[in-house]
Amino acid sequence: MDKTKERSIDKTTQDMLQRAKEMNIPTAWDRLESMLPQCGFGQLGICCRNCEMGPCKINPFSVKEQTGICGASADTIVARNFIRMIAGGAAAHSDHGRDIIHAFMLAAQGKTDAYGIKDEVKLKVLAREYKVKIDGRENNEIAAELADKFFLEFGRQYGEMNPPRRAPEKRVKLWRKLGIIPRGVDREIVETMHRTVMGVDNDYKNILMHGFRTALADGWGGSMIATDLSDVLFKSPEPITAKSNLGVLSRDEVNVVVHGHEPTLSDVVVDAVRSPEMIALAKKKGAKGINLVGMCCTSSEILMRHGIPVAGNFLQQELAILTGAVDLMMVDVQCIMPALSGVASAFHTKLVTTSPKNKAPGVTHVEFKAEKAYEIAKEIVKMAIENFPNRNGNGIHIPDKSEDLVAGFTAENIYNFLGGAYRATYRPLNDAIIQGRIRGLAGVVGCNNPKIKHNYGHIEMAKELIKNDVLVVVTGCSAIADSEAGLLQPEAAVKYAGKGLREICEAVGIPPILHVGSCVDNSRILIALTNVIREGGLGEDISDLPVAGAAPEWMSEKAVSIASYFIASGVLTVLGSPFQILGSKKVTNFLCNEAEDIVGGKFVFEGDPVKAAHIMIDHIDKKRKALKLKPMMYR
Amino acid sequence: MIACAVEQSSTGELFKAISETPLPVSLIEVTTAKEGESFPLQCRHCEEPYCIDACIAGAIRKDPETGLVLSDEEKCVGCWMCVMTCPFGVIRVSLLPDKKGKIAVKCDLCQDRKIPACVEACYTGALLFGEVEDLIRAVNKSKEDRDVLLNSR
Repeated sequence: MDKTKERSIDKTTQDMLQRAKEMNIPTAWDRLESMLPQCGFGQLGICCRNCEMGPCKINPFSVKEQTGICGASADTIVARNFIRMIAGGAAAHSDHGRDIIHAFMLAAQGKTDAYGIKDEVKLKVLAREYKVKIDGRENNEIAAELADKFFLEFGRQYGEMNPPRRAPEKRVKLWRKLGIIPRGVDREIVETMHRTVMGVDNDYKNILMHGFRTALADGWGGSMIATDLSDVLFKSPEPITAKSNLGVLSRDEVNVVVHGHEPTLSDVVVDAVRSPEMIALAKKKGAKGINLVGMCCTSSEILMRHGIPVAGNFLQQELAILTGAVDLMMVDVQCIMPALSGVASAFHTKLVTTSPKNKAPGVTHVEFKAEKAYEIAKEIVKMAIENFPNRNGNGIHIPDKSEDLVAGFTAENIYNFLGGAYRATYRPLNDAIIQGRIRGLAGVVGCNNPKIKHNYGHIEMAKELIKNDVLVVVTGCSAIADSEAGLLQPEAAVKYAGKGLREICEAVGIPPILHVGSCVDNSRILIALTNVIREGGLGEDISDLPVAGAAPEWMSEKAVSIASYFIASGVLTVLGSPFQILGSKKVTNFLCNEAEDIVGGKFVFEGDPVKAAHIMIDHIDKKRKALKLKPMMYR
Repeated sequence: MIACAVEQSSTGELFKAISETPLPVSLIEVTTAKEGESFPLQCRHCEEPYCIDACIAGAIRKDPETGLVLSDEEKCVGCWMCVMTCPFGVIRVSLLPDKKGKIAVKCDLCQDRKIPACVEACYTGALLFGEVEDLIRAVNKSKEDRDVLLNSR
């Protein structure tokens, strides 16, 4: 168990890594080893391959100032590469949002076999915001008009996007003053690509400010729209209990794993596996039933809304197949390792791609179409059932460990929780912060990365924060990590939380760490922070709040976009490993120092999650002091 | 080149090494021949090194056992004779950590490592480390491999 223990703190993961070793099947950790040492130019962001005069690389140890062939300095190259990563992340989240609008539009037009308006209240809230007439109109009519308006958020060329205006007034004014309020999602992403083409923008500050604008078009745009319309289409989450970790796979039922990000198909698969027709077919094939489980963010989507168990997070995707018990893994987009098809070929597991944007050589492709989502979902579930008899009975190894969890918190339902059904309000939360029961809020989000011990960054950081009375909200793979450690249970407050936070959790009956959804649902955190400002008593802007963010195990470009829109919204954000910017001292200084005076937030790079938690706590204390809040109640 | 500079740094970590003062110096460089082929250039540890003859301070010596040409940085007085005589141009000038002066620095084949940092960092296997006979064998083998590869296309 030597190396496996260094690779993850999660017991089931260690167990499965041992099996991978015995079966001689390489995983991401092994592939990382084969990549070492990694390219220094790449790690520092000073390799430019944006044109064919290059590739150019700047020697970070040269005493003389070097430039690329076109004359681009390290600052220009680093800034360009960095905002291209933002654009990649923003594109991914936003394209996800676009697909949701598409399904929403088809639902409004009655052109799908699966979707309808499931959250009328939220539909009307959005309609009012977009000045869509409600009175005397059917939901579908309202939705059709709204869909057009949401599509416009992507294609708008001038003016301002609407969702960013939800931010506190002072913040919106600041963005306007800085010229970084996004115009349209696609506009900003395209402009990032243009500015970074050979021979365009070479003022690193100007480049980075547009990076912020692009990121804001994600967080306050594409991601936020994805969250909003998913709530309308698939209903807004409510707190719900479920189970988590590889132990949720079943020995005697058909195991279907949905992996990826978008809820459009996975939500319909939930209906398909529950249909009597499918269950009967599964029984006919010798299974006791059908067990649907999720992986990564699509898991969070159907966990939050249906209580579907969570099989694991990013680094556990190969391990799920390694159990030999997965009859079918259905994937859509993002964070799906190309390695999966290789692992699956060693077992009976059927891997199925579903998005026209993500195919894999030799892998079965069943293309998703929103028009006949249910039909397609049933087709895929049927493939899983038919594959069940192919399981190799002896070759199955399912770890027996899983944890209980509570998920399903949103910016909206926190109102009811805190204020109770009679007086829905954020007041108790604001008061708890003002009185010093809760020190502040922290968002811990993001991926897994084999460079950091799996789940260690997330779990240790979250524990340290709640110990110091910081209420933590989590999304994505971070949320899954905490769930696997049992931190998403109300009992975790008693075990790990500081006294003040524990009192609040016990009074309200919530865990000290709130699972608010998938990675596009980081937009829920932005809205929650805005609600805290609106409630009053904690300043006028997000940057006044005693809050901090972190992505302790980040790896995806999406995390670069998320971290950027958080600092551009005024939140200090700590990263577990540095962004690929250290090759330019000026860019590093801008993003890690100067940005705080400009947009209110900045990056901090710290690999030790406990130290990182204390950087966040110190920052929260600084903000508390600036707001002249009372000292912490129990210290 | 980067791996070498990081090896010369006091922290030994890339992300920190780039901010050190003085900036660590790479003792290997990748250069291009007239034909356009690139190759790494570092100290050849000559049989009869000019640098030793040129060194007035007696700082550079040849290790009788390993054959390595080593420089004692304590003894170096910074006269740059070695830099001028080296036919390969691989002896570098480095600022002392206390910034009080400069000394000549050269490759010692990473004596405190099992494999030199440059060899470990080399992706393509262009750099190898070992005894001469083993290296000749390895190079011949890689030529054969390359021929096989070329013929198979």
